[in-house]
Amino acid sequence: MRALLFSTALLAIGTAPAAADTTQPDPSNWDAVLEDARGETVYFNAWGGSQNINDYIGWAGDELKERFGVTLKHVKLEDTASAVATVVAEKAAGRDGNGTVDLIWINGENFAAMKEQGLILSPGWAEKLPNWTFVDVENKPTIRTDFTVPVEGLESPWGMAKLVFFYDTARIKVEDLPRDTDGLLKWAQENPGRFSYPQPPDFIGSSFLKQVLAEKIDDPSLLLDPVDEERFAEVTKPLFDFLDGLNPVMWRSGRAYPQNYPAMKQLLADSELDIIFAFNPAEASSAIANGELPDTVRSFTFPGGTLANTHFLTIPYNASAKAGALVAANFLMSPEAQARKQDPAIWGDPTVLALDKLNEEDRARFDAIDLGAATLRPDELGPALDEPHPSWMERIETEWKRRYGVGN
Amino acid sequence: MFERKRDLTDAGLFIDGVTIALEGREIVSLTKRVAPGEVLTVMGPSGAGKSTLLAYVGGFLDPVFSARGRVFVAGTEVTALKPEDRHVGVLFQDPLLFPHMSVGGNLMFALPEAVRGRAARVERVAHALEGVGLAGLEARDPATLSGGQKSRVALARVLASTPRALLLDEPFSKLDAELRAQTRELVFSKARESGLPVLLVTHDAADAEAAGGDIVRIGE
Amino acid sequence: MLTRLGPMLAIGLLTAPVAFGLAGTVLPAFGYLPALGGMEFGLAPFATLFAEPAILMSALMSLVTGLVTAAISLTAVMLFTAAWGGTRLFARIQHLISPLLSLPHAASAFALAFLIAPSGMIARLISPELTGWERPPDLLIVHDPLGLSMMAGLIVKEIPFLLLVTLAALPQVKPARMRALIASMGYGRISGFVLGLWPSIYPQIRLPVFAVIAFATSVVDVAAILGPTTPAPLAVRLVNWMNDPDLSMRFLASAGAVLQLGVTAAAILIWIGFEKIGARLRDRVACAGRRLRRDSGLRWGALAAMLVSAGAIFAGLLALGLWSVAGLWQYPDLLPARFDLRNWMRVLPSLVEPLAITLFVAFISTLVAVVIAILCFVREDEMGYPPGRGALALLYMPLLVPQVAFLFGLQLLFILTGVQATMAALVFAHLVFVLPYAYLSLKDPWRAFDRRYDQIAAGLGKGPVERFFQIRLPMLARPLLAVAAIGFSVSVGLYLPTLLIGAGRLTTITTEAVALASGGNRRVIGIYAFMQMVLPAAGFAVATIVPALIFRRYRDMHV
Repeated sequence: MRALLFSTALLAIGTAPAAADTTQPDPSNWDAVLEDARGETVYFNAWGGSQNINDYIGWAGDELKERFGVTLKHVKLEDTASAVATVVAEKAAGRDGNGTVDLIWINGENFAAMKEQGLILSPGWAEKLPNWTFVDVENKPTIRTDFTVPVEGLESPWGMAKLVFFYDTARIKVEDLPRDTDGLLKWAQENPGRFSYPQPPDFIGSSFLKQVLAEKIDDPSLLLDPVDEERFAEVTKPLFDFLDGLNPVMWRSGRAYPQNYPAMKQLLADSELDIIFAFNPAEASSAIANGELPDTVRSFTFPGGTLANTHFLTIPYNASAKAGALVAANFLMSPEAQARKQDPAIWGDPTVLALDKLNEEDRARFDAIDLGAATLRPDELGPALDEPHPSWMERIETEWKRRYGVGN
Repeated sequence: MFERKRDLTDAGLFIDGVTIALEGREIVSLTKRVAPGEVLTVMGPSGAGKSTLLAYVGGFLDPVFSARGRVFVAGTEVTALKPEDRHVGVLFQDPLLFPHMSVGGNLMFALPEAVRGRAARVERVAHALEGVGLAGLEARDPATLSGGQKSRVALARVLASTPRALLLDEPFSKLDAELRAQTRELVFSKARESGLPVLLVTHDAADAEAAGGDIVRIGE
Repeated sequence: MLTRLGPMLAIGLLTAPVAFGLAGTVLPAFGYLPALGGMEFGLAPFATLFAEPAILMSALMSLVTGLVTAAISLTAVMLFTAAWGGTRLFARIQHLISPLLSLPHAASAFALAFLIAPSGMIARLISPELTGWERPPDLLIVHDPLGLSMMAGLIVKEIPFLLLVTLAALPQVKPARMRALIASMGYGRISGFVLGLWPSIYPQIRLPVFAVIAFATSVVDVAAILGPTTPAPLAVRLVNWMNDPDLSMRFLASAGAVLQLGVTAAAILIWIGFEKIGARLRDRVACAGRRLRRDSGLRWGALAAMLVSAGAIFAGLLALGLWSVAGLWQYPDLLPARFDLRNWMRVLPSLVEPLAITLFVAFISTLVAVVIAILCFVREDEMGYPPGRGALALLYMPLLVPQVAFLFGLQLLFILTGVQATMAALVFAHLVFVLPYAYLSLKDPWRAFDRRYDQIAAGLGKGPVERFFQIRLPMLARPLLAVAAIGFSVSVGLYLPTLLIGAGRLTTITTEAVALASGGNRRVIGIYAFMQMVLPAAGFAVATIVPALIFRRYRDMHV
């Protein structure tokens, strides 16, 4: 996938920039948008590492084609940063229209980077989409603030995420579960080789590092501000001390790491790992439904709180199919699409909508979903820790690479 | 069925000053006329180069040899012509029937285009097979024939193409004594019947004797 | 006239892409790439390269992998041929191993991974009864830091290849007679072969051995599936740099590709050094007249090596097949608890497009390659002499230059001329690799064709075109289809060309499969690997069945 994005970036430089299509579709005039969107092809750049999600996006594509005449093409990424880099390259080459990226699955540092460099369709459009009225802005603050960065309608919410841990009850007793990251370290020392995290800069792996930092930092308010380079070493010492302690008792003694979440999931199924984690609370139920994990798997979180965030969809300023992208973003935010997404048999990703804002029929869709025995109810998920400022993530990843891995 | 040249001096095979050499060493040097129906026998020990003369007449001499001289077939000079334009049929030691065609198919392949219409062609093939005593074998797989039968089919095939001369490259040497005599007789009689000049390469004196024509010795 | 095109196209296809590709790689390595603002020559990219963490380690690992893979594969083949050549067992093993030639490298790497991983089939077989392992051991087998798994993955594929080329070279040395002669002097089977026959065989297979070294030092797909990750072998890191959307990485990647060229060249030079040492050693042993008759241990060892390498792949492929239809399958179960065809149903929609592209590209590139090869051979017939040894080396060019080095430049060329990620460009890229195989496998059957059939047909008045289509082509149908099947399987198995030239827009079964490797989703990998296995097999099935069907009435057309 990086190949595609890279070469289109280079192509952008190699060819004269086409006449910039700067007509901005106005979401308030939705009929006009629908009309413009008909016949367009939307290149949706989204992480492609999970078959469930790919299937869901495939379904969405079929619906978009049938209902709105929009063709959705899923460009499978290994890392969202590639899509961002492509838009950066296109802007640098002066390609202000006819971009190759129409819709990006995004949040956190990638969103911050795009917003800062003016790469997003402006002015804010997300709150003008028809389905915005159903969104739960009151109870889900991360919808309006993405990793401390104000969203300002530049990205539309797609799903909720909370860091949740999974384990196999056949192998671990509930009483022995760790209750925070220190507990996790102690558990790992007692059970060496049974825990790992995906190799950064994988999103889940990096999030684990953030979780540890959020718990162990002396002054959490520092995380809300950009990284202070001078104090970085001092402030992150607890994190890296933790990792130094964890490394020798990790799976494969830290000499190799699973590359992403699906790989971790397979390791749990193989009994190589005993505790894994993901951002989707329904992940375990989903895996059980697909026969990937045994039905003895259950979830748990830390009573002190785990990271929570929202993930979004955004549209680059130079997208070729802006109207189509708006229609797609709106559809993915619709009650029907959100309900289907939340079904663990399909994907299990929690909704961004407020159930009490929906009509009878749509509410029923959600009520009918069987979250599965392995999924914690929303009130069991525990407190939410705020995500740090995006700059922390990049800095920690770089430091991690320097110390532990020679990954790319 | 076969054209006969009225002018007898032009008919037949005329080998005019043909010299074939390998790396400067001369192997063959010959001027000879072969009348229609007659056989010129080329004899010599193995490796002497007898087949080179035949190859030169047929148009498929290996480029390692250098050759000059003219060849006329039925009054037409063929020296510069491609093999397929020379109307010179060839029979090798092995019958070399095309394995992916039936007996009838082999013969049909050989029939000139001038014979038009399926009925006419089928009839010609049947006639040709009769002529060599193999009537009714059109549908057979060549692999199922005996050695003698294969040789006769090969003969019928080459005759079916209405050549103006025949080149025989030791065609009888793989047959046992009795078969050899029979086949030899058949070939020569057919050639006489059709008025074809024949160039025969052999190391068997009996062949030469049966041929009854002039003998050229090479490499002795 | 048309036939003159043959050699011209062949030479063009074999040299031009490599030459242009190398230029497109080497120039940016020294800082020159106007499209990106690199206007001056300099060594800055190399400085960046050597500042990369553990870069020399990566390079060294690639070097060692290449040499060890070639050495072990060649030794295994040599000993096996020495010990068992000419026996019925040999023929049986040969038939066992031949199908592995058509298996893409990636599929065999997956097969091995599923076998040797701590939670793989071998562990499940012996646990928990023999080992007491209730859970998989915490052993770093797949992705081990020394690259041993990766080498194993390469060796199991190179053994069949080297066996094939050795067998092709064998008849020329009159093995039966020579063996009898050497045995009569009192030498043991192995020592007699190694000292008496091998020296005549080896020069004929030298180029293929170099090709193995080149491939092993720069392989990407097998390294991604089995190789170390901290650090990864050089070629893997290069490909990541090449595809990084950050365009300034392009210079770094080019410098890395030049380093890769150096590594491959160094490996080949070191190998040549080994050749010389080996020759000296052999001379001393031969002169000393050491008979070395007690070699039964080595003989059985060689057989075991062959059986193990072939058996490993077959077992692994079986495991892949099981995973593709597996429901829940936990360690240490030997069989899945439940079977589930839903896996196939779910993957099928996303399989269709890569499959279509795989088939199309393989078909077209093979067709063109075979046509060019035929034109070359027809031209040779016309000219009356076969091309010299220089031409043979030319054929091996795309196989000797590391793919990663010249494909990189070729990709740049395609991008700048706007044909990147087009079907035509992809077919062209595949053609470059299929052509050598097409030519080399057609050579012997073509030359073995009895010319006299042509002469007879000419005597019957048939022109060259008619002779070709009515006589030569039908009679060569079986070998031609076999050549096509070989070309087809080569194209199906190509990874890097599709990755770089297809640029993610055009994907094949192989590129999709390798992309899925990191996800560890064994069911999906099983399905893709199964497809990788089926496609070449189908090609060979067609190549066997079609002529049998068409010529069923003619006994001499059967094998």
